[in-house]
Amino acid sequence: MFAIYKREMRSYFTTPIGYVFIAVFLAASGFSFALTTLQVQSSDVSLYFQILMFAYIVILPLLTMKTFAEERRTRTEQLLLTAPVSLPGMVMAKFFAAFTMFFGTLLVSSLYFYPMSLYGDVNWARAWGSLIAMVLIGMTFISIGIFVSSLTENQFTASFGTIGILLALMIVAMLNNIIDSYAVRLVLDWVSIYSRYMNFTYGIFDFGAVVYYASICVVFLFLSVRVFEKRRWS
Amino acid sequence: MIEISHLVKRYGAKFAVDDISFSVGKGEIVGFLGPNGAGKSTTMNILTGYLSSTSGTVKVGGIDVLESPYEAKKLIGFLPEQPPLYVDMKVDEYLNFVYDLKKCTLNREKHLKEVCEVTKIADVRGRLIKNLSKGYRQRVGIAQALVGNPKVLIFDEPTVGLDPKQIIEIRNLIRNLGSDHTVILSTHILPEVQAVADRIVIINQGKIVADEKTENITRVVEDGRLYSVKICGPQREVLATLKGIPGVLRADAVGERELDSFTYHIESEPGVDVRKSLFFALAAKNWPILGLEAVGMSLEDVFVKLMEADTKKKMAGERRNRA
Repeated sequence: MFAIYKREMRSYFTTPIGYVFIAVFLAASGFSFALTTLQVQSSDVSLYFQILMFAYIVILPLLTMKTFAEERRTRTEQLLLTAPVSLPGMVMAKFFAAFTMFFGTLLVSSLYFYPMSLYGDVNWARAWGSLIAMVLIGMTFISIGIFVSSLTENQFTASFGTIGILLALMIVAMLNNIIDSYAVRLVLDWVSIYSRYMNFTYGIFDFGAVVYYASICVVFLFLSVRVFEKRRWS
Repeated sequence: MIEISHLVKRYGAKFAVDDISFSVGKGEIVGFLGPNGAGKSTTMNILTGYLSSTSGTVKVGGIDVLESPYEAKKLIGFLPEQPPLYVDMKVDEYLNFVYDLKKCTLNREKHLKEVCEVTKIADVRGRLIKNLSKGYRQRVGIAQALVGNPKVLIFDEPTVGLDPKQIIEIRNLIRNLGSDHTVILSTHILPEVQAVADRIVIINQGKIVADEKTENITRVVEDGRLYSVKICGPQREVLATLKGIPGVLRADAVGERELDSFTYHIESEPGVDVRKSLFFALAAKNWPILGLEAVGMSLEDVFVKLMEADTKKKMAGERRNRA
């Protein structure tokens, strides 16, 4: 499993994809940070994180689109699947590699808070809460991306498919404004990745939301394992 | 070392592999022969745990591939039809990755050096796989299978895309590996298995047609001899004469290649050399022979032969049973 993780990390940096990810991530976060705090001279970071979350929809598939689609196209998956490595181990290795890339870049972008704390009052509870939520949402998105990538052998299908699913999951929350039925709104609110996130922005550590994100993540990683098991059988 | 019993793989209504059973002993080299789409790759993929079977069991070194895939996979080195190479890696990096992936415990430096020397890729270890020629890639694929020194080696068409010199090298390599490994290799080239394998298993449309020692198959193949002969003369009469020659089983006109002369295919009875009588029969009629050559049997001919032999055997068996 560690071998796959190592190879995966290497491949992020020997192909342009890792650099593109880091560049786009930092550009998007830097731009929105400047726009939402420096420009308006505010130390309220909740808008920054909301914008970043929407940027994830486009940025994170960059990390995951290749994971399994590329292996399938070049038939290298045959090496992995005939090696003494378990399927969950293989999926987890890919997940952790993508997560490492994401988490590392997120940490770098968190440096923005330091200069801000020198010149203004940062609400640290909100900032930390939002950061934790960002990590959780990132994990969820990565697992969905890996799942979609395991379904296809075309990277672009994988990335657009992931973007579509993530967008749908986010938009569900927006539908709440136009739906009258209370029951439907309650359900939509419950499944929405976006609504779950709101508590964190108030500096509240919502344990229910942590469980929710972790469950989605586990479910999609599990489904990816099942994709490989099913392919063996059909 | 390898036991396959009643293996079936079905895709919908189509049987890719239909009730195959054979076993391979330790240190044996088995050639797995069949036309494209016969089920060679499917069988090999099941053997390595890449696919699962619809029914039947596969055991490698006494371990069921389906029940304990982890242990079974440790015993197998596999070269798939298309070598599974990460083209953005250097050869050395790739082999090190495979070494880690297979959780090898041998001395890393020494073992990888050996593998590279055996497959003759030592001089390209520092190059990106992307930039290697097809022959080299194939050899890196073979090297990958050898990493970890697995007891069982499975090669799916190992010589595809190599030049004739490389093909001979790879054949020699495989023959040498056979001394302390169990090897299964698939191919659709008949001379290839004849050159390398101790035993040949022939498969067609998912079924085993023959499973014989290499010498025996060769006998079956060379039993009936096939000639291509070019004769100047009227086609119908020539054909009648040809069929009249004792020892000739079959004669067909293939086509007119030059003015007034036709090419015919003649198949003779086993053990009878018809060339002399052919000459004298045609000389008597004043029809000159413009060319005569022995035609090697193609794989298709071998199948026809083997299946004819198979049905004859069955019919003989039935007759005996009735009597």
